[in-house]
Amino acid sequence: MSLGRSKSLRLDWISILLFFLLVGFGYLNILSASSSGEITSYFDLTKPYGKQLVFIIFSLVLIVLILAIEAKFYERFASVIYLLALISLVGLFIFGKNVNGATSWYAFGGMTIQPSEFAKCATALAVAKYISDLQTNILEINHQLRTLLIIVVPAFLILLQNDAGSTLVYAAFFFVFFREGIPKLYLLIALGIAIVGISTLKFGLITTGIVAVVLTFTLYYLIQKKRRRILQPITIAILSVIFAAGVQFFYSSILQPHQQDRISVWLRLEKDPEKLEAMKRDISYNLHESEKAISSGGLSGKGFMEGTRTIGQFVPEQHTDYIFSTVGEEWGFFGSTMVVVLFVLLIIRIIFRAENQKSQFSRVYGYAVASILFVHFLINIGMVMGLIPTIGIPLPFFSYGGSSLWGFTILLFIFIKLDANRLNEW
Amino acid sequence: MRRFLLFFTVLLVGFVFIGRLFYLQVYNTETYSIDDDNAIRKVFHYPKRGYVFDRNGKLLVANQPSYDVMVIPREVESLDTLEFCSLLRIDKADFIKSYDRAYRYSPRLPSVFLAHLSKEDYAVLSEKMRKFHGFYIQKRSLRDYQTSIGANVLGFIAEVNTGQIEKDPYYRMGDLIGKQGIELSYESEMRGTKGVKYIQKDRFNRDLGPYKEGQHDITPVPGKDIYVTIDADLQEYGERLMQKKRGGIVAIEPATGEILALVSAPTYNPNLLVGRERSRNYTRLYNDTISRPLIDRGLLRMHEPGSPFKALIALTALQEGAIDENTSITCRHGYVYGRNNRKMGCHCGGGLRKLNNGISKSCNAYFANAFRKTIEKYDDAHQAMDIWSDHIKSFGLGNFLGYDLAIGKKGNIPDGSYYDKWYPDFKWGATTIISNAIGQGEVLVTPIQLANMTAAIANRGYYYTPHIIKTIQGTTIDEKYTTKNMTSIDREHFDPVVQGLYDVYNKGTASFLRVPGIEICGKTGTAENFTKIDSVRTQLTDHSIFIAFAPKDNPKIAMAVFVENGYYGARWAGRIASLMIEKYIKGEVSLKQMERMVLEKSLEEEYMKPYSGEPFKINQ
Repeated sequence: MSLGRSKSLRLDWISILLFFLLVGFGYLNILSASSSGEITSYFDLTKPYGKQLVFIIFSLVLIVLILAIEAKFYERFASVIYLLALISLVGLFIFGKNVNGATSWYAFGGMTIQPSEFAKCATALAVAKYISDLQTNILEINHQLRTLLIIVVPAFLILLQNDAGSTLVYAAFFFVFFREGIPKLYLLIALGIAIVGISTLKFGLITTGIVAVVLTFTLYYLIQKKRRRILQPITIAILSVIFAAGVQFFYSSILQPHQQDRISVWLRLEKDPEKLEAMKRDISYNLHESEKAISSGGLSGKGFMEGTRTIGQFVPEQHTDYIFSTVGEEWGFFGSTMVVVLFVLLIIRIIFRAENQKSQFSRVYGYAVASILFVHFLINIGMVMGLIPTIGIPLPFFSYGGSSLWGFTILLFIFIKLDANRLNEW
Repeated sequence: MRRFLLFFTVLLVGFVFIGRLFYLQVYNTETYSIDDDNAIRKVFHYPKRGYVFDRNGKLLVANQPSYDVMVIPREVESLDTLEFCSLLRIDKADFIKSYDRAYRYSPRLPSVFLAHLSKEDYAVLSEKMRKFHGFYIQKRSLRDYQTSIGANVLGFIAEVNTGQIEKDPYYRMGDLIGKQGIELSYESEMRGTKGVKYIQKDRFNRDLGPYKEGQHDITPVPGKDIYVTIDADLQEYGERLMQKKRGGIVAIEPATGEILALVSAPTYNPNLLVGRERSRNYTRLYNDTISRPLIDRGLLRMHEPGSPFKALIALTALQEGAIDENTSITCRHGYVYGRNNRKMGCHCGGGLRKLNNGISKSCNAYFANAFRKTIEKYDDAHQAMDIWSDHIKSFGLGNFLGYDLAIGKKGNIPDGSYYDKWYPDFKWGATTIISNAIGQGEVLVTPIQLANMTAAIANRGYYYTPHIIKTIQGTTIDEKYTTKNMTSIDREHFDPVVQGLYDVYNKGTASFLRVPGIEICGKTGTAENFTKIDSVRTQLTDHSIFIAFAPKDNPKIAMAVFVENGYYGARWAGRIASLMIEKYIKGEVSLKQMERMVLEKSLEEEYMKPYSGEPFKINQ
């Protein structure tokens, strides 16, 4: 149907439009969050909003470059790109610059680059390449482990640099693997682990253990008609209890106090109102202020550049990880909902386009893009609204920062290029 | 199914997020208000509270600055408590107590942490205040009394309580509000409108400048000055005369209803209820349950009117045609009535009594007869009593007068159904309730009602609702104070009664109280009263009551004086009335001997009798 169209028209303009809406709206909010209501020059490079404008302009150059390159390049050179990314991550241990406790930056003169923002894209390419290889069978445990290795290596390197948030993003690949056919049991296990883990923290080891055992056996007797494989529920129950005990141990003995506090704030474990008040002032200060900024926005917000808490800089890191609180305060429920809707539309659009691909490489890669964007969206906005514990990762296209913006731009536009090329398949 | 896991997860998360946003931004919050935004510092500017002047323009109440340390608990950060306490000169226990109280009131709203700093403390503290997040100093204006009189009229201001804050959102914790007297009645006029400046803060509590160029700021509006109808000199004189006695004096200008003096004794110095000592002094005054200085006796002391009520008995009898000027009766030291020949005593000396000398000699028998004829004119005592009651009530008795002070008592004027309740199985008649004829029955009045009744007689048939407000800067006073209230008695009936009242001074019970050069009309009154000592009903020395107005024609002043346990009417109340009248009309007092006598007289001994625990004599 679209055979006759020229190459440029095959670009997915919907995704591109959503991208520009997000970047543009993000810029407005960075402008508000970092200007304190006073703007001397839009290109003031001492201010985040000035730099961000430069970053955005440079990302346009990147887009042109990405679209200009032959689509097959990305598949063919996926391994090389992946290796380069790994090298750049390893290099951090020697040349890296420490910012806020994480050694994840290269400094060039006045500029800093965060390779982990680009490694996501490289890993996505590598995973796509490996899974789409004709010799790979995702149902073989051996191949599953190799695929896992592709994501664990960069994730582990990033964890060593003390950037736990970015490490967590690699969990996004679970969605990719699931789409490509790993057993459904894995999904059940993942859900089970999540439920048992959270329940242990919230309700304690003993309650969780008892409920897990009772539930397992109840389900077993309801579902299983031949009562021969009694070992199965016993194993599940024992594993659950062991896992719960492990979580308990991990929480109380391995996690550092500030991490414990984050979880404690998230799950509302602290009941003493005075301690809670103290926590609000100290450890969850950011969260507390960000929630207040959001709720003070009300239905329609206080207006662009009018947010009192934004002007007063009550929310630390507001132009980076907490940028969504500016949206909440100045644009209110309508503006914030619009941002959520834009993200959901973009991610769903990418999923649809991915499903439309003929080549498995493009589909896997598209899924990876959607999953990575989704996990960022989930963790960042969830954190800013107090739904999940404090984990510092940027909101794609929105948060201030060159590496992050470029990383996501590259991630997205490689897929747009692959998508545009889907009819020229070999 | 595999295709849709991510798709549905994304949708689910999207909905959860929008739900959370809805909860945070729409459901969970009241509409955003700049006043609740702790990113905005609110600086309140309290305007000048209106001054109070007397009717002659004498300044009675002005203002003085005061500094309160305020706290917003949730903005308080860890501070050097030791330094802070030593600056405020309080100890740690006080600190915790004040902080907890503020926190209990509201963590997010300002509360008074420490009220009324001295000027020296303020100077030291204001330099260092910025170090203490969540604390600030609020300047207010306190009252500065230029006088020591009229506490009951002027009233006082004090911190609003939480109930008042809930009722009127204008007020915030620590604001001052009129609690009594004119401060209460004219609160909204005198307080003005407080100003607010909104200042953008950053999270380090630093000011970034006016929020939105000050477009939300409210300019303070100064309170209005008010002139009260009180004559400060007369009021002061009245308070001096009432020294060491208990009771009240109410003086009214009949032509306008303006209250010239409203004396309550014992009283207190209004300066006691200002500043740091306010609450201690208030408690001390409040706890004095024997002399009760906080009770305004001029407005609240209900008592039997005694003989002055005879003037109304005469007027109603004349109006109803039950008697005329020449109706006569021979008084044989009392009035015999009823089946058992009960006798009401009379001290008038006996003899032929007509209206004129009935009044001037205060003949009980004459008025018992007049009252009986009024009631018995109708076949039905119930109906007669209703008619009589309406006449009496048209003088402003038996209900709230409607003056502009917030406290008062209704008094009591019985009517037909009142006695139906009392005597459900008994056909009552005039003789059953004959005590009312001499103001000793079920009739109860307050001094201000009595004074107003006197004004109505002085005006020969009407009165203006008594009031304390003369003018409010730039506005007119309430219309109800400039509207005549007509009594139900015709004009022509007043002349013989007024003449009788004049003769009280001329040749009657108050003839020794004459003031040279002033034609005074008056009426003495004596009211028996009882108390309970160890649950035994015990009679105390009679109350001394007096009403008077002067001059006889074109009266300038009408008044009622009530002296608790002052014995017969002319003894103290009458003397005080004469002195007050001379003071007001002439400006100075020539009756020096009488003045000295009153000033020196203390009734404290009398008041202590019931508490002495020993038997005592009365009416000495």
